Amino acid sequence: MSVHTCASSARILEEAKQFAAEEIRPLAAEIDVKGELPRSLIDNMAQRGYLAASWPEEYGGLGLDPVTYGLFTEQIGKACSNTRALLTVQTSLLGETMLRFGTDAQKRIWLPQMARAGKLGAFALSEPNVGSDAKNVQTTYRKEGDRYILNGSKKWISFAAIADFFVVIASDTNGQITSFIVEREREGVHTIPMTGMLGNRAVHIAEIRLDEVEVPAENVLGNVGGGFTYIVSTALDHGRYSIAWAGVAIAAEALEAMVTYARSRSQFGEKLHHFQLVKGMIGDAVTKVHAARSLCLAAGEMRRSGAADAIHETAIAKYFTSKVAVEVTNDTVQIHGGNGCRNEYPAERLFREAKVLEIIEGTSQIQQQVISQYGLRKYAVKKQKAIRTRKDA
Amino acid sequence: MENKQKIRDFIESNLVVFEDEAVFSDDDHIFQMGFVNSLFAMKLLGYIEQEFGITVGNEDLDIANFSTLNNIVRLIEKHKQEV
Repeated sequence: MSVHTCASSARILEEAKQFAAEEIRPLAAEIDVKGELPRSLIDNMAQRGYLAASWPEEYGGLGLDPVTYGLFTEQIGKACSNTRALLTVQTSLLGETMLRFGTDAQKRIWLPQMARAGKLGAFALSEPNVGSDAKNVQTTYRKEGDRYILNGSKKWISFAAIADFFVVIASDTNGQITSFIVEREREGVHTIPMTGMLGNRAVHIAEIRLDEVEVPAENVLGNVGGGFTYIVSTALDHGRYSIAWAGVAIAAEALEAMVTYARSRSQFGEKLHHFQLVKGMIGDAVTKVHAARSLCLAAGEMRRSGAADAIHETAIAKYFTSKVAVEVTNDTVQIHGGNGCRNEYPAERLFREAKVLEIIEGTSQIQQQVISQYGLRKYAVKKQKAIRTRKDA
Repeated sequence: MENKQKIRDFIESNLVVFEDEAVFSDDDHIFQMGFVNSLFAMKLLGYIEQEFGITVGNEDLDIANFSTLNNIVRLIEKHKQEV
C-alpha cells in the first residue's frame, strides 16, 4: 500500500484491513447464508467513516482519493462481497453522484445522514423489462404544479428492501429522463424483497412499486431531462469503478484460498501444489490478480488526475476484473474438488459472487461494445496519408 | 490553441462514427447526427470542467448547451466571464 497512497491514507487502509479481518470476514459465510447484512456491522462501518470513505470531510467522509478508495474497496470486498456492495451503492453510486449533481440543500440534508447510516439509499434504475437498455425506462413522471407524480415498477434494486430513500429514474411522455429522490415513507411506495439470488444474497434486493407517488420539485436530482445523460451515466461510472475493485477483491481472496488449500491438502501422498497442473492454475491466478489490480490502479490514477479517458479505463478495468474473478474462483473451486462445492469452504461463495460482477453495473457485453468503440477511435492509424505524400514527393 | 479548436479536437477524438468523411460544422448538432453517444456527454462535461477550470451548474446541463461546437464555446465563455 505503497507508492499509490500518502501516509494518512495508508493508515486508513491498514485499519480497514484489520477491521475487515476481525469484524467482517468472520461473518461473511453467515451473512451469505442468512441473506442479511447485520445492522450492527453497517453502524460499525459508519462510525469509522467507511460509508463516506471517498467523500469530503465536511460531509462526514474520509476524503480518500480514487486510488486509495479503490484499495479500500478491495480490503472490504476481499472479506465479504455483500458488505462491499453497501459501499458500491451508498458511497459510490449515490453519494458520489449527489456530490456532483446534488443541490447544496440536498447535499447538506442527505450526505451527512448517509455517512452516519442514518439514511440508507438505493439506486432505482433497472425494471422488469429494462436492464441494459437503460434509456428506455418505463417508470413515468408527470408534472402537476410544483410536484412530480411517479408511477411504475423497479426490479433488482440492491438495498431497496431496507433503504430509507431511493433515487428513481423515470421518463415523461416525451422521453425526457429525470431522476428523483423518493423517500420510503411517501404514500404509494411499496417494496417487495427478492430471494433466490445466485450471489449478492445479503444486499436486500427488492422490487419497488410506485403508485401515484408525489415528490416536490426540490427532490429532482440534477436537471430535469438529464436523468440518463448525467445522473445514470455518472452513477454507473462510479459503480463500475467500485465493481472493478470488487473483482480484484474476490479474485485475490480466491487466490489466497487456492494457495492455502494447495499447500495443505495431500493426494497420492503429495501436497496438491506439487502437481504441475495445479501449479499452472496458481500461476495463472497470480498473474490475473496482479494484472487486474494494475488496471484498477491505472483507472484510479486517471480518475485522480481528472483524465477524460478515465471513463473508458474504468470500463476496461470492470470488464477485465469481473472476468478474472470468474476465472480465478472457477479454478479455486476446481482445486478444492468436492470441498469446493460445499459452503464449508469459501470457494463456492466466491464463485457465485464473482459471476454477479459480470452482470451488474453494465454487463460484460455492454462493456465490450463501449471498449470496442473507444478502441476503434483511439487505435486508428492516421499517418498513412502523410507517409504516402512524402513517398510520392 | 484557441478554445474552439481544442474542443473540436476533443470531439473528433471521441466520434463514434468511423468513416473518414464524417465531418461536422461549428453549428451541427453532434448528438442528433449520431456522431457521439450519451457516454460522451459526461466525458465532455468532465473535459470542459477540467480543461477550462469551470464548474457547470445543473441549470446549464441542458443538452442544447453541448449540442454544437459553437454552443459549447458560448457556455465556456459565459462561465469564464462569471469567474
